[in-house]
Amino acid sequence: LQSQASSATEIENRELFPYQPLTTDHSMLYIPCPHCGLRNETEFHYGAQAGVAYPDPNALTDTEWAKYLHIRANPKGWLAERWVHFAGCGRWLNLWRNTVTHEIGPAYLPFTKQPKMPVAPDRQEGSKA
Amino acid sequence: MSEVSFSFDDKIYKGLASEPMAAALLRAGLLSITTSTYHARPRGVIGLGVEEPNALVQLVSGTQESMLPATVIEVTNGLAARSLTGVGALPEIPDEARYDKTNRYVDTLIIGAGLAGLAAADEHLRAGREVLLIDDQSGPGGHLRHLGLELPASMKKVITHGNLTYLPRCTAIGLYDQNYVVAIERRSDHLGNSAPSNRARIRVWHIRAERIVLAPGAFQRPLIFANNDRPGIMLSHAAATYADVHGVRIFKRAVVATVDNQGYRDALRLHVAGVQVQGIYDARATAKGPSVDAASAAGIPIRFRATVLDTASNVEGTLHDVTIQDLDTTETFQTAADLLAISGGWTPVVDLATHIGIKPMWSEKHAAFLVAHSNERLRAAGMLAGDFGDDDDPLVFFGPALDPEQSRHAYIDLQRDSTVYDLRRAVGAGLSNIEHIKRYTTIGTAHDQGKTSGMLTIGALCQLNGYTQDGKSGLSPAKIGTLSFRPPYVPIPFAALAGREREFLSDPIRITSLHQWHVEAGAIFEDVGQWKRPWYFPKPGERVEDAVRRECVAAREGVAVMDASTLGKIDIQGPDAAVFLDRIYTNMFSTLPEGQCRYGVMCKIDGIVFDDGVTTRLGKNHFLMTTTTGGAARVLAWLEEWLQTEWPHLKVYCTSVTEHISTIALVGPRSRELLREVVTDIDLSKEAFPFMHSRTGTINGIPVRIARISFSGELAFEINVAWAYARHIWELLWKLGRPYGLTAYGTETMHVLRAEKGYIIVGQDTDGTQTPYDLNMSWIVSKKKEFIGKRSFQMPYLKATGRSQLVGLLPESVDEVIPEGAYITVLNAQPDEHGKTQHTGWVTSSYYSPAISRAFALALVADGLKRIGEVVAVPVGKKVLRATICDSVLVDKENIRRDS
Repeated sequence: LQSQASSATEIENRELFPYQPLTTDHSMLYIPCPHCGLRNETEFHYGAQAGVAYPDPNALTDTEWAKYLHIRANPKGWLAERWVHFAGCGRWLNLWRNTVTHEIGPAYLPFTKQPKMPVAPDRQEGSKA
Repeated sequence: MSEVSFSFDDKIYKGLASEPMAAALLRAGLLSITTSTYHARPRGVIGLGVEEPNALVQLVSGTQESMLPATVIEVTNGLAARSLTGVGALPEIPDEARYDKTNRYVDTLIIGAGLAGLAAADEHLRAGREVLLIDDQSGPGGHLRHLGLELPASMKKVITHGNLTYLPRCTAIGLYDQNYVVAIERRSDHLGNSAPSNRARIRVWHIRAERIVLAPGAFQRPLIFANNDRPGIMLSHAAATYADVHGVRIFKRAVVATVDNQGYRDALRLHVAGVQVQGIYDARATAKGPSVDAASAAGIPIRFRATVLDTASNVEGTLHDVTIQDLDTTETFQTAADLLAISGGWTPVVDLATHIGIKPMWSEKHAAFLVAHSNERLRAAGMLAGDFGDDDDPLVFFGPALDPEQSRHAYIDLQRDSTVYDLRRAVGAGLSNIEHIKRYTTIGTAHDQGKTSGMLTIGALCQLNGYTQDGKSGLSPAKIGTLSFRPPYVPIPFAALAGREREFLSDPIRITSLHQWHVEAGAIFEDVGQWKRPWYFPKPGERVEDAVRRECVAAREGVAVMDASTLGKIDIQGPDAAVFLDRIYTNMFSTLPEGQCRYGVMCKIDGIVFDDGVTTRLGKNHFLMTTTTGGAARVLAWLEEWLQTEWPHLKVYCTSVTEHISTIALVGPRSRELLREVVTDIDLSKEAFPFMHSRTGTINGIPVRIARISFSGELAFEINVAWAYARHIWELLWKLGRPYGLTAYGTETMHVLRAEKGYIIVGQDTDGTQTPYDLNMSWIVSKKKEFIGKRSFQMPYLKATGRSQLVGLLPESVDEVIPEGAYITVLNAQPDEHGKTQHTGWVTSSYYSPAISRAFALALVADGLKRIGEVVAVPVGKKVLRATICDSVLVDKENIRRDS
């Protein structure tokens, strides 16, 4: 029952919506769906931290299993998250999002190479009196 | 402007179309508009717009909206309003007005059509951008309008530019992350009776902008002194504007108290309007600037280091005289006045900026909190950014020192009747944080959300903490910081947010293809999620319990029929479909032969039951899964999540077919007999077509798939047919079923029948903490394979004693149906040291069973499976019922009827 994250090559090479990873300057509660393009955040559901593969359950101690069940990264800043475009194409995607400024970074498909963590601009920049 | 007449407190007033009601009332001499909420003191208009804390009215015409400031209502013919004491009432009539919403994407959004906003608009238009300019006033110009000045020609060009959309009467109510703004546009109230009936009263704008310029301007601030709430005491800018622009001629003698040059400008305007200005009392030691010179030249007496300490009223409660205090000698004197115009400095509107967490910064020079935020996408402009003009030099001063008696009537929040006394009490109680003080005193919590009182609170707190006017010692406003504001910036009707999504449009209504038949049969419906399902089918004169008993008896003794089309149905296909289902369900599906059905339970990874249903294998690689009515979307999303994010190599495709297939459940010992009359191409015998088998055939030439699935425990056949043919099949059965006494039944009977058999409803008999073991379903947990949730069953907390387990419950009194949700305690339970009695479980489903002629229930009871036979107590109101814990299956435990 282990995750088959290594079998990414098995995913068909589908023609994707031509999109460019957006800079933080252009996102406005929009999420760049790799299949549909920029869509309103309200069309998506949140799916917690990305990149946590389903482990081999029987290889884990109770403590390790409990950690897998309940513990997720909760950084102040950029976090790679899973989202699903439930009111659009119905597909899951991964997305960089800043938990402090709520800025949306680049999106990428599961089992594809993760883009670099965006550089966080200072939200209060230029706000000195 | 045309003259209109409107009524206020049943008296007719004249006004000019689209002027504020406050101006018309003042012109007619109405100074006291209302009495205050808690202290019952007379109150009048003090401001010019949404900052107004006093002059609240309730409309008695049109929508009968409540709690509107008279300063923002534009008068129209036939408008009727009455005064309020700060407590509004929702109208009893439904709001028939139309509300709508729209979305807009623009290059630049400018909030505020004052000079700063117009200048910003010009700049962005020149850069070739499309501009949306919104402003809460009825026309552009901002401050210029208060001065009665025309827009300069250059600014008129901006307003009429082809790339600019200007929305008057449009208030930004919220600024959200990533340049998202929600605004409300008032579109028809100002037109009164001449408003087109199809025009939305309020339009909610959802605006996303590449760039935003915040140019909301500023509110003038009052000062704190004793009895600072009398009618006749106004903000100087408001007083001057009402006199100068709106022709209010009721004031004879005015006193101006100021901390900046604005007081001088307003004194001059009052002077020009014919008011005798007794004197300008300036808290500053000296003042200079064109306005000071002009006031001096006009012969208005000016006195520095003096301010107002107290006031007195005449018999009507309006202002009679003013006590002035010399700030150096503390000597006082009185002067008669019917207008006290206050200029306590400016408070820029920082609200929107704080919505997204921007922290305004205190500027001693401006005596105000400013927002200097400026980047490519969001910029503050105008007074918000500190552009106060040259002729201004405000002092950080909030009022004179007050003794305890004076502090009792020195108001900070006029709407809440909160005083300096209250503030001192809060500080005396140990509160120092401004947000705590707000909650303790309720300052800033009224409809105006502290637009005038917020800054006064900060000022009064500074004074209490030894802040000196030179700013050199004590607690300064910079240390306290502003309150953080939350949307909406102004109160808005819920109706505007609801828009057209009201009543039947508020949520989609889902109906089955048999719905019209149910309606014609007189069914009473219940909502199950978005579905309308027949609850029961009463015959004339029947109560619900009569109908349900009749329906139950028909299903157990004859034949009955139910519309089960709302069950979630997911078509699952692909070479890996069987492997996939093995992982999803706790029990095995790869071993299920084609043409057979199996009940399955699925858990989340934490081992908790998530949904259940029967899945039929239609082919080697083809399954039809059914889910609970409410769980269909959740389950499909769950399957997709695993397929897409963990097992993309599995070739499986899931499709919702809920609304493609209608399901008619034919239930009862005589169901086979009746079905034989319409089905000739399937052998319906017990031997050829056993329980949990599925067959395809035809009824009247229509392809059907029939499965021996039973949610009632009776012999039953579920007829699956294309959605559009269901009514034909149903009516055919109905016609042929007449001699059998065929009875239609609804969800209530379905519940009784399933509960008698101990069949659970996930979400009713579970509360999100039960494993299959807790539900006495260890038989459904496979030991041979891995599945989602299996590992969690090994966790100590799921194996511990004391877990709630599903059991039956038989009340001692056979007719007493225990209310669902009732708690269960041990017999003669004693309260603990806290006076609380610990429960040992609760009732999840409870009905009267005609089959066993008594009331019964299902319950979740701690270690319940080990406590069969124990008598427990069920406190219901003042009564304590007794009941015996029993097995959850009460009818046909051997399944003889089901398998017959």
